[in-house]
Amino acid sequence: MKYVDEFRDGEKARRIAALIEQEVEADRDYRLMEFCGGHTHAIFRFGLHALMPSNLKYVHGPGCPVCVLPAGRIEAAIQLVEAEKLILCTYADLMRVPAGKRDSLHRAKARGADIRMVYSVNDALAIARNNPEQQVVFFAIGFETTTPPTAVAIQIAQAEGLKNFLVYCNHVQTPPAMSHLLASGEVSINGILGPSHVSTIIGSDAYADCCNNHHIPIVIAGFEPLDVMQSTLLLVRQINAGRCEVENQYSRAVTPDGNRKAQALMANVFEQRPLFEWRGLGALPDSAIQIRSEYADFDAEKRFAITDIATADIKGCICPAVLRGLNDPDECKLFATACTPEEPKGACMVSSEGACAAHYSYGRFKSETGA
Amino acid sequence: MSRLDIQHGVVEMAHGSGGRVSATLIDELFIRHFDNALLKQGNDSAQFEAPAGRMVMSTDAHVVSPLFFPGGDIGSLSVHGTINDVAMSGAKPLYLSASFILEEGFALAELESIVISMAAASREAGVPVITGDTKVVERGKGDGVFISTTGIGVVPDNVQISGDRAEAGDLILISGYIGDHGTAILSSREGLEFATTIVSDSAALHGLVAAMVEAAPEIHCLRDPTRGGLATTLNELSRQSAVGMQIREADIPVRAEVRGACELLGLDPLYIANEGKLVCICPAQSAEALLNVMQNYPLGSDAAIIGEVVSDNAHLVTMKTRFGGQRVVDWLAGEQLPRIC
Amino acid sequence: MCLAVPARVESLDAAASSAIVNLDGIRKAISTQLLDEVAIGDYVLVHVGYALERIDPDEAEKTLLLFDELKAIEP
Repeated sequence: MKYVDEFRDGEKARRIAALIEQEVEADRDYRLMEFCGGHTHAIFRFGLHALMPSNLKYVHGPGCPVCVLPAGRIEAAIQLVEAEKLILCTYADLMRVPAGKRDSLHRAKARGADIRMVYSVNDALAIARNNPEQQVVFFAIGFETTTPPTAVAIQIAQAEGLKNFLVYCNHVQTPPAMSHLLASGEVSINGILGPSHVSTIIGSDAYADCCNNHHIPIVIAGFEPLDVMQSTLLLVRQINAGRCEVENQYSRAVTPDGNRKAQALMANVFEQRPLFEWRGLGALPDSAIQIRSEYADFDAEKRFAITDIATADIKGCICPAVLRGLNDPDECKLFATACTPEEPKGACMVSSEGACAAHYSYGRFKSETGA
Repeated sequence: MSRLDIQHGVVEMAHGSGGRVSATLIDELFIRHFDNALLKQGNDSAQFEAPAGRMVMSTDAHVVSPLFFPGGDIGSLSVHGTINDVAMSGAKPLYLSASFILEEGFALAELESIVISMAAASREAGVPVITGDTKVVERGKGDGVFISTTGIGVVPDNVQISGDRAEAGDLILISGYIGDHGTAILSSREGLEFATTIVSDSAALHGLVAAMVEAAPEIHCLRDPTRGGLATTLNELSRQSAVGMQIREADIPVRAEVRGACELLGLDPLYIANEGKLVCICPAQSAEALLNVMQNYPLGSDAAIIGEVVSDNAHLVTMKTRFGGQRVVDWLAGEQLPRIC
Repeated sequence: MCLAVPARVESLDAAASSAIVNLDGIRKAISTQLLDEVAIGDYVLVHVGYALERIDPDEAEKTLLLFDELKAIEP
């Protein structure tokens, strides 16, 4: 697989590992936040922990769209599909995420709600075209990577006059979440592996403020294991030299400006949302987007007057702290006992790139075999 | 008796009523295509001489969407699936039964092509369908057609194959490329459509098994990695035998296209279903000879030794990755769904 | 987050802003609506049925060369 296999070469990985080992300073701790679930997944799937020196630690970040979506938004979607008897289309990732009261989209579907898993928002458009007598709501989630396709779909629906297609917008933005985490001062890190696919859209310059305001080195890092390792080396070098800048390791897909066309599409359809609740991070100002009034006909929140539902935290679950990089999953007393991939209590156990699921699936080797 | 209008007709409630219409369906569709003396006895049960030795029996319900997929359909699948379950004890499969649950409104032409495909699979395997049943459910209460098949077979005297017999030091073999069936099904599933030359590996494995047990009757375990894929089968066997397993990613045969489909949809080939593959666990000294036998057989030509059984109180399956790392290969949690993140 | 895979553009339908991409023999129709320019033979990053960005072959080569150069500085 071109542009994949070359970046999964184990022998080259050991060379980079040797170099990292050589360059880390013994009296320093390197705590690097891997911002994205994609990085978390790569670190575990390829066993990168084992290749790192003992004073270099990866700290999980909040970059998993499924994990940061608050339970109340899922509960609202379930109420909507059950009360209005409409068709709810969702990416499959969301199906098993716990909503309140031990509910989930999966369980609502089993009760009879018409919930359909789609691979692309375009499939939701097709469902709307094929079911003109029914309302079709697309449950839009994700960061800037997943937002432009939603924007395109709304424009297509408008151009076609597809009145039964609606979007429940839950798109969130990466730089505000990063700034918030750093401003809170809770988490002690000295470098960030920055988002890769988000950055193809927003560009590496989007992190300049974050880097300057919080004096933290950021390296935009691809999701393949060699990308993560090379970015780690670049961060080690910045930290050693006392430098603090945004570097772009993923230059094969990310430019300083990003994808201008996609940005224009997003700006045309969406506007800043004043406040949005994140699971784990709380309500953050200017951290999410909503559908502009010009496209109000396609806004499910407006059409059905959806209001936020407050949901109680799950007792004992430390997902909020895990998402902020404060705790490791195995420090949670529910981890691998009450909370497993089969019966997830917290969101981080659901998505395969959630920190808890990654620890559970791949990480137990270390603890259970003593290797 | 009225003729069945196969070209234009659909399944009606009367086809399951037990009356004349039912009889027409059975005669013109099932008996006509399955065509064998035991079925033609026409009784509620089929009578046959019991062979000497230990017998095995297995049953499998088949539901698949779509009903027709590249490389097969629910008919051939329902024959192969049960023959394989019987064969995984080392047995020679003898007879099958089949029960059909049909949905009112289902096109008779489609039903006929499913029955033809089923009859062809059974004839090719030399395992006849000797008894059966048909019921019809109201429209909306079924998914076209569900087929349950049961198989019986007889095990050679010197063979003791069971999922609890894996021992530390045994080697693990797979009979060929993994993930073909699941990938073929995904490629034709609504909303996911992608074009590929991958077809389902659905096949009856009893011939391969017969050759294997003849060459190495000391085989410890055989299992077909169907739902949940190779990963789930290895975890089942680890738990049943109270051992651990260590496999090597680089030695597991996976077609480039299956890898491609998995990367695209965020899936893992280790968890993708197979319908014509088997996992074999045998004493280390038998492995090379067994591998030769498998590779000389068409359905085992891409067989490989993929790892070994180890002692491990946690019964973990671990994998040495191509990249050089080590990871746990866990049970499948829930169903494997395409993901965007 | 954000699963995206590089696939080669095999054919283009400019009017529909769509393309057929090939990923190791898997062919899939995707939207090219997010791209200004795209040509047959380009590799694009595919996410939820959309091409997010083209892969720059020169930059990819540079990154790979960096990995190779690491050998030279190994002790």
